[in-house]
Amino acid sequence: MAHHPVEIKPGMHLETATFEGKNKVMGFWMFLGAETVLFACLFGTYLALRNQTVNGPSGAELFDPVLVAVATAILLFSSLTSVFAMMAMNKLDKKGMLFWLGVTVLLGLSFLVLEIYEFVHYIHEGHTFMSSAFGSSFYALVGTHGAHVTFGIIWISTIMYQAWKWGINTETAPKLFVSSLYWHFIDVVWVFIFTLVYLLGMVG
Amino acid sequence: MGTLLIMIVFGLFFAAIFTGGYNNTLIQRARKTTAWDWLTSVDHKKIGVMYFMAGIFYFVVGGLEALFMRYQLLVPGNDAFVGRTFNELLTMHGTTMIFFAAMPLIFGLINVVMPLQIGARDVAFPFLNSLGFWLFFFGALLTNMGWIFGGAPDAGWTSYVQLALNEYSPGPGVDYYVLGLQIAGAGTTMSGINFLVTILNMRTKGMSLLRMPMFTWTSLITSVLIIFAMPPLTIALLLLMMDRLFGANFFDHVMGGSAVLWEHLFWIFGHPEVYIVVLPAFGIMSDIFSTFSKKKLFGYNSMVFATSLIGFLGFMVWVHHMFTVGLGPVSNSIFAIATMLIAIPTGIKVFNWLFTMWGGELTFPVAMKWAIGFIPTFVIGGMTGIMLAAPPADFQYQDSYFVVAHFHYVLIGGTVFALLAGAYYWWPKMFGKMLSERLGNWHFWLFFIGFHLTFFPQHFLGLFGMPRRVFTYEPNVGLEYINQVSTFGAILMGIGTIIFAWNMIQSFRSKKIAAADPWDGRSLEWATETPVPFYNFAQLPEVRGVDAFWLEKQAGNKQMTPAEPLGKIHMPSGSHIPFLMSIALFVGGWGLIARSWQIGVMGLLAFGVTMFMRSFDRDHGFYVKPKELLDKEAKS
Repeated sequence: MAHHPVEIKPGMHLETATFEGKNKVMGFWMFLGAETVLFACLFGTYLALRNQTVNGPSGAELFDPVLVAVATAILLFSSLTSVFAMMAMNKLDKKGMLFWLGVTVLLGLSFLVLEIYEFVHYIHEGHTFMSSAFGSSFYALVGTHGAHVTFGIIWISTIMYQAWKWGINTETAPKLFVSSLYWHFIDVVWVFIFTLVYLLGMVG
Repeated sequence: MGTLLIMIVFGLFFAAIFTGGYNNTLIQRARKTTAWDWLTSVDHKKIGVMYFMAGIFYFVVGGLEALFMRYQLLVPGNDAFVGRTFNELLTMHGTTMIFFAAMPLIFGLINVVMPLQIGARDVAFPFLNSLGFWLFFFGALLTNMGWIFGGAPDAGWTSYVQLALNEYSPGPGVDYYVLGLQIAGAGTTMSGINFLVTILNMRTKGMSLLRMPMFTWTSLITSVLIIFAMPPLTIALLLLMMDRLFGANFFDHVMGGSAVLWEHLFWIFGHPEVYIVVLPAFGIMSDIFSTFSKKKLFGYNSMVFATSLIGFLGFMVWVHHMFTVGLGPVSNSIFAIATMLIAIPTGIKVFNWLFTMWGGELTFPVAMKWAIGFIPTFVIGGMTGIMLAAPPADFQYQDSYFVVAHFHYVLIGGTVFALLAGAYYWWPKMFGKMLSERLGNWHFWLFFIGFHLTFFPQHFLGLFGMPRRVFTYEPNVGLEYINQVSTFGAILMGIGTIIFAWNMIQSFRSKKIAAADPWDGRSLEWATETPVPFYNFAQLPEVRGVDAFWLEKQAGNKQMTPAEPLGKIHMPSGSHIPFLMSIALFVGGWGLIARSWQIGVMGLLAFGVTMFMRSFDRDHGFYVKPKELLDKEAKS
């Protein structure tokens, strides 16, 4: 377990420069594997129950393609900005990194606002968590994703504060890197939600 | 509002005490106690011992529940534990034995032994290791709280819906199951990730994957299974919680829900779980056969391959628990064939063990007796497994005692025998003392004979039509005598376990320190001193092949060749945060069970606070000089 101080140079992969960093990144990939199965189960549940609307509105009646497309674009774009942040991190450009992370968090927040607006709208239409099996499975899947976005926003903000205070080093770099992996992951999950929930729902 | 105020006041009190704001000397004194040392330890050996002892405790609890059930079934129409009480006993027996006995005993052995076997100083994530243990501990505690407050879970360890929904299971019973297992399960997932990264990243110089001891290999495959099998349980429990607590309709067929959905989610977890508990058992057996035959494990590569294949196929067979649901002949046939396929890699393993012993220089200490007893027992369980895998036959066997007999043959004959073998084998490394062989022999023979007396007749109970999970049976249909034999056997197993407990107490009381290598072992754990120093190896060893320590001993070396110069060692610091995190979730979970949303939310918020505490904790461990270095410095 080597624990020697590492010489920090721009352009190096700071996140895996230490042994702890290597472990953390690998462990986080395993965690994302578990998360994949977690979401797969929620997708399975949704696909099994999505036609059980009882007397409530169906997906085809509810979903608004424009709103969802905007939300999707925002989230995809936030993935790109988090890549910019990581590039800035590897150049040891603290200011640039904090800027792009800030943009990522703001985009995440606006996605969340749209989602909450969408949910409130659905509830007025009579599509609630308790209205039918379709409602339960829809909110469980999309809501779990939304909860992940919320957690990501709080997490990335916290680490932004730490990076601002402690700088970019072998302690903060693995944290920044795994939080950006996490952000990409919830982005990918959203792509599947967009396809399997909204697009599939609109064609009926 | 009242509860909220009381909780806030209590919270402030505890915060004041724990931060030393109330009385600093108190906290200073607490930090010096042994209890604080164990509570905050991130040492894999101490966490392993805690897992192991907790596992033994719940093994006794689950065993008592079994004895109560056998007492009820001693005579037809008995009225000792009837109706709901019997349902609670059978539910908690299954839940306790799988989640709170088998899993922690396995995690205990993996924690103590695996890092030593790969030549590491600790696991990859020591903090996460401690958190995993405390989550398991409080999850298990929460599940068992039902016995005292409001009734234990009573819908079976599989908790099938609709039975487990509010309508048929009113009261908090099933809520204890849902939230307790959720908390314990989170800990299990963390440990799986931790073990996997440890094995992949922390091996010492020369310890390539195909030089790892078999126990480490099976730990690796088990960790992979944990990572992919626990999330379906998490989701199943989450959905059940939503249905029971928040009025969702996942499983309520009136509102469009599906009862089969629960069965799928549960068994997509549940079947790999079987391999999660049995693969490490195979690993323990492999190490023991090879050590006490004084031979290299026969067919090492095929053993690795068979383990991986079992792990893979383990995900492909869950529908064999659902043959009678009516999913159709095609799906039943596919899953039947996949199930029977598992017999092939398992057969490879059995023959490899036999050939390991063939021509070996055999000795028969208690550990080896368990291992040899395991083979025929497990093979019987495997044979009934093949019988159950044929769907038309399964329609006859299902929900009868035949199934009970089958899975006790594989779970006790496989997992429990292996864990007891492992306990006798690794006891000197875990505790620095030996277990008595004389008492061990009594333990083995009573338990082994008792086991077969208990469960062999149950095959016939099943074939004669006695349904499982029912608290009584009719007289004069030929079931009395067999049930009495079964209960008698259970008592023998109970006596065997008491002798084991006595053996443990005797070993703790004895002052004699065990030898470092009492069995003439082959793998790296036997190259450490006894008791093992907290940094494990003063210098990490260099590995030259399979059975690394044996090779060195054959080459005439007393010790491993070091792979690094003597120097200061970096070790992680202990932390009390995992304990706080787990308490927070315990409180939150209990709040939800009691339908007190304030306490539930406060528990979750407290958990969030502890996560910030962890994120802002900048303690990166400390450097320590090993004894050897101190000696050297003292000389010069």
